[in-house]
Amino acid sequence: MKKNAGNVPEHPMENLLRMDRIPHIWCSTCGIGTAVSCFIQALQNFDYPLDKIAVVSGIGCSGRIAGYIKLDSFHTTHGRAIPFATGLKLANPELKVIVFSGDGDLVSIGGNHLIHAARRNMDITVFCVNNFIYAMTGGQCAPTTPTDANSSTSPYGNFDHPFNIPLLVGSCGATYVARWTALHIRRLTRSMQEALEKPGFSFVEIIAPCSTLYARRNRLGTGLDLMKFYHDNSVIQHGAPLESLDIQFQKKIIVGKFIDKKRPTFLEAWDQYLGKKLGDKFISAEKGIRAA
Amino acid sequence: MQYWRKPLDADRIQIPHGEIHIVRDRCKGCGFCVEYCPKDVLELSSQFNIKGYHPPEAVNADACVHCQLCELLCPEFAIFVTLKEEEQTVEG
Repeated sequence: MKKNAGNVPEHPMENLLRMDRIPHIWCSTCGIGTAVSCFIQALQNFDYPLDKIAVVSGIGCSGRIAGYIKLDSFHTTHGRAIPFATGLKLANPELKVIVFSGDGDLVSIGGNHLIHAARRNMDITVFCVNNFIYAMTGGQCAPTTPTDANSSTSPYGNFDHPFNIPLLVGSCGATYVARWTALHIRRLTRSMQEALEKPGFSFVEIIAPCSTLYARRNRLGTGLDLMKFYHDNSVIQHGAPLESLDIQFQKKIIVGKFIDKKRPTFLEAWDQYLGKKLGDKFISAEKGIRAA
Repeated sequence: MQYWRKPLDADRIQIPHGEIHIVRDRCKGCGFCVEYCPKDVLELSSQFNIKGYHPPEAVNADACVHCQLCELLCPEFAIFVTLKEEEQTVEG
């Protein structure tokens, strides 16, 4: 890519991006790029060796994220980002495993994996970009599409009730649950950093504008208009009751950090429980994995 | 009527100044940086870039305070700010 004339310094995020793949495929005014730049900023603030970080994505617009980040990154099959990440984490507990994917991938086809990873408190960090629609395949109705919203498979409006994702993962036992929009860049960066530092299943939902499908089909303007909508209609309520976090079509969006608690992770629970049951015969998870 | 007073450490605080770099050909003209720059430094230019979008230009570059909001908000990794070394103290 040709740069500006003169001696221009390098963009500070270029060391963590695969520059041969940039410019990315996301549309103008899409919010996923902003979520990625917040993630890179959080990684730069987060003091952890970069060769011990792995990023896993599924399918969809947000599934491309793993391909653009210059770390050990994996683009898995549809919905299977979390099982892949679980395997990575269990095979090498030293890794910091991050799942960065979309709502259509994590909550619909990967929904079962999401709830079970949260239930077991698997030590992974999940960032879910929620743009309310299946954007890559042509704007079909997703389980997160708000009631009344138009999509290509609900041309008269959606009559279904959408998922309240923080309630879903919170009720399954996630240790960290937060929601921000793509406009809350500083808070989102800090929240991502907290989620990375948190042991156990940490989850951050990022509400991002989809200009080409969600905004166009619902006549909401461009992604910039959706950003202005987030600016006027998002309410920060830390620790809000999870039942109150339903998203209704073009109504206020409650954002904030809702859960930050401590619970033994999968490997800790393994060691505690089996150590007690097996006594001398017990081999700790980490030792067993090293030996294998 | 003025409701605020001069901060006690105003003489010691130095407002940083940033130098804005725009990678014009990477921009997709979304306008996030133009809309949300707290100092209204940027404006969409009338020129086209290689993709046919209007990239932003710094029309009021001296007002930049190196907050780096545009850098973090840009979905295209097309704008960034470096700190200018020159020092300047707050007046008034």
